[in-house]
Amino acid sequence: MDTNTKIVDLEKVVIKFAGDSGDGMQLTGTQFTDTSALLGNDLATFPDYPAEIRAPQGTVAGVSGFQIHIGRIDINTPGDIADVLVAMNPAALKANKNWIKKGGTIILNIDTFAKRDLEKAGYETSPLEDNSFEGYNIIQAPITKLTREALKDSGLDGKSIGRSKNMFALGIIYWMFNRPMEQTEKFLQNKFAKQPEVVAANIKIMHAGYNFADTIEALPSSYTVLSANLKAGTYRNVMGNQAIAWGFLAAAERANKQLFLGSYPITPASDILHELAKHKNLGVKTFQAEDEIAGICSAIGASFTGSLAITTTSGPGLALKGEGLGLAIMAELPLVVVNVQRGGPSTGLPTKTEQSDLMQALYGRNGESPSVVLASSTPGNCFDWAYMASKITLEHNTPVVLLSDGYLGNGAEPWKIKSTMDMPEIHPSIAIEGEEYQPYARDEETLARKLALPGTKGLEHRLGGLEKEDITGNVSYDPENHENMADIRSEKINRIADIIPNQKIFGKEEGDLLVVGWGGTHGSLYSGVDNLLKTGEKIALCQFNYINPLPKNTAEIFSKYKKIVVCELNSGQFANYLRMNFQGTIFHQYNKIQGFPFTTSELESHFKTLLSK
Amino acid sequence: MEHLTNKDFTSDQEVRWCPGCGDYTILRAIQKALPALGKKKEDFVFISGIGCSSRFPYYMNTYGFHTIHGRAPAFATGVKLANPKLSVWQITGDGDALAIGGNHFIHALRRNIDINILLFNNEIYGLTKGQFSPTSKKGIKTKSNPHGTTDEPFSPSDLAIGAQGSFFARVVDTNPKLMQKIFIEAEEHRGTSLIEILQNCVIFNDKTFASITGKEVKENAQLILEDGKPMLFGAEMNNGIILNGFKLEVVTVGENNVTEEDILTHNAKEQDPTLHAMLARMRPPEFPAALGIIRAVSRQTFDEGILNQLEYEKENAKFKTVDELLKSGETWEVES
Repeated sequence: MDTNTKIVDLEKVVIKFAGDSGDGMQLTGTQFTDTSALLGNDLATFPDYPAEIRAPQGTVAGVSGFQIHIGRIDINTPGDIADVLVAMNPAALKANKNWIKKGGTIILNIDTFAKRDLEKAGYETSPLEDNSFEGYNIIQAPITKLTREALKDSGLDGKSIGRSKNMFALGIIYWMFNRPMEQTEKFLQNKFAKQPEVVAANIKIMHAGYNFADTIEALPSSYTVLSANLKAGTYRNVMGNQAIAWGFLAAAERANKQLFLGSYPITPASDILHELAKHKNLGVKTFQAEDEIAGICSAIGASFTGSLAITTTSGPGLALKGEGLGLAIMAELPLVVVNVQRGGPSTGLPTKTEQSDLMQALYGRNGESPSVVLASSTPGNCFDWAYMASKITLEHNTPVVLLSDGYLGNGAEPWKIKSTMDMPEIHPSIAIEGEEYQPYARDEETLARKLALPGTKGLEHRLGGLEKEDITGNVSYDPENHENMADIRSEKINRIADIIPNQKIFGKEEGDLLVVGWGGTHGSLYSGVDNLLKTGEKIALCQFNYINPLPKNTAEIFSKYKKIVVCELNSGQFANYLRMNFQGTIFHQYNKIQGFPFTTSELESHFKTLLSK
Repeated sequence: MEHLTNKDFTSDQEVRWCPGCGDYTILRAIQKALPALGKKKEDFVFISGIGCSSRFPYYMNTYGFHTIHGRAPAFATGVKLANPKLSVWQITGDGDALAIGGNHFIHALRRNIDINILLFNNEIYGLTKGQFSPTSKKGIKTKSNPHGTTDEPFSPSDLAIGAQGSFFARVVDTNPKLMQKIFIEAEEHRGTSLIEILQNCVIFNDKTFASITGKEVKENAQLILEDGKPMLFGAEMNNGIILNGFKLEVVTVGENNVTEEDILTHNAKEQDPTLHAMLARMRPPEFPAALGIIRAVSRQTFDEGILNQLEYEKENAKFKTVDELLKSGETWEVES
């Protein structure tokens, strides 16, 4: 690096990589994430990509983005708007024009700003020639041209050469933030181990980008973001979907159970299937079924046979699984259904995040069919909630729906590695050979029935979806019995409230405003509340992970604040659920259904308004 | 191992099919066949969907699961994958397997998961009181189509063969002896064994198979196939099947210079399914209906494939515990 370059220490920075969906922006962002994590930054990421694999080139609809927020301070969100934008074409610039900080740095691949490119992006005149970006620090980098020039003798074909230009952009950003390139070099060597010429080309282009940034004088400073003050321990990066998969693996090992996943590919949940399919060495059996229904039904079959059985899906898939879930509730079998929520209804916004399946998870079945519902709230704690879902389902022999969302599933953060031995013990409720067995006899405290696994001598019995007679489990059409069994199934869920911990809050223990959230909005709600706490407001955050049953101290918490606002990425499902459970309490709402997470600034401004009224 | 009898497989539940229903014969036949398999009672699992036939597991004193409509193959797949040592039997009907459950049915056959599927085909919906089913003869008048159906029926054998099924047998509900024999061979076959049972619904579709099972006609209307034996049938066992060009034909031995050598010999193990499909499609009055084991070919089962992969990965994996996985890859230390 040029020794004249001044290095500026930053507290935090938000960077966004944006380009065509074939430009490799997700990979570029992931590489910058991994390198920053290894340097000890706290971080949060937000991949945002179109539903089409390769949407029409150069159009705004086809823009794929990856936003990363790194800091030496506590980072809880991917950031509202970017300090630095890398735009590989005019469409990427156009799509992000409202998401870049006034006066921020924009690095453009200027080779893509010909008339035709501008037209495809819907620009009548070049935004660089009018005053649209006045006051911004625009770096016009001839990325395509320099990449072609650098690789003209590489022997690679034009297509492969074109594909490496994302490495040029990464090189620029590595220089800007004073990061080493070794991690990415190692990654490339592994990924393309069989194509050394591709490895060499990509590394060459990354260095070319780095040197380009070092040479041009448009970038006066190089920035650094020092290590964050994280708790001591060994860390790694995790994405939510990966953490969910690992949580199940940990639970199966601690429960001494085989893990079985029956699943059908669906965005944005498929990565859980991909992750578990890799780990046959740990005894996990994954089954890619013919459809969503076969996914859940095969899992129920495996559960009946003694596995820790799970099925993973997103909203439309949960709709298809409804009847199967009802059977698991009737047969009182353990089962975890993971719903990585996306925008709905119907096919909706497959690659965007939303929290609009809450009611479906709670009530989306025929008959009186209560289910435990849990929600994870950070990419890292997806591990803990997958584990807890497994523990509850195996100990209480009733299905659990675990709600995650696209933002958590694809988002990454540094994760302090846990040991499976740090996790609570799991005691599955199973009858053994020789014991007096009645399929629907129950534990007095939990009301859970015991399973008897096929292959156990003397415990042969029949289960099914027809109403069961109390204790014997025989088919019964008796009216009194039906009401009694419906009450038991409901009470069994309610009693889980006895074993779950009290709900915690962040902020003032009593005060003017309680912000209520659930699941994946934790990061933005936390940041919003934290900022207002620093200004002296009497505010607190109550973020729920246990949805059904709710923690026992919920009403008590609600009673300590003058106002309560329920913030969620839907039109008020949790707020209505709370109204039903806590009649008389007034719940204000703050909702967003745009396929995007809350920004911290919109929340802060809304909270301020509520506080001032 | 203790000696089991049919009584060991009889549950204490009252059987609630209509008097005269063909299902009773099937129930008795399976209760008699299971002891001959030399397996432990606790290792049998009966899985069903919804319909008259699907009440079956309640009447068996084994592990059983009466699940949801059409999905039994998926449950059975989960059971078998979770514990491949179990003997898994799926009980289904023509509506359950071929209408609402058509997708699961073909995929089970395609994968060749090692289960036995007993398809009770009565060409009608019984439990919902008499609507036509996907195997009802074209033109049948029912409550849901009072002017007669206009849709072509499915042929279960063609579906099975099209889905690369490795075992297809057919039997009538009036022949419990043949049923028992087929059940035993189905269990011994590795892969998805599909047994189509032509079963009479006395209430809603009585005598639908009369042209095959009727006392006066049955000798000439049934060809009971046996592997390695000539395809002969009839009261005198002198009628036979030959291949004339690309078509099957019924001939009589001793007439028109036909000798026993001209008659086709059944080879259930032949991988090419062409002849099996042609035989399975035969119907009176032109032909006898083919019964017995029509196809039984060997190919890897789904559960075997999965288990082999699992064993290989366990032996060759870099790590053996979840903790090792969590610590694998790029990690860094933060000091206090």
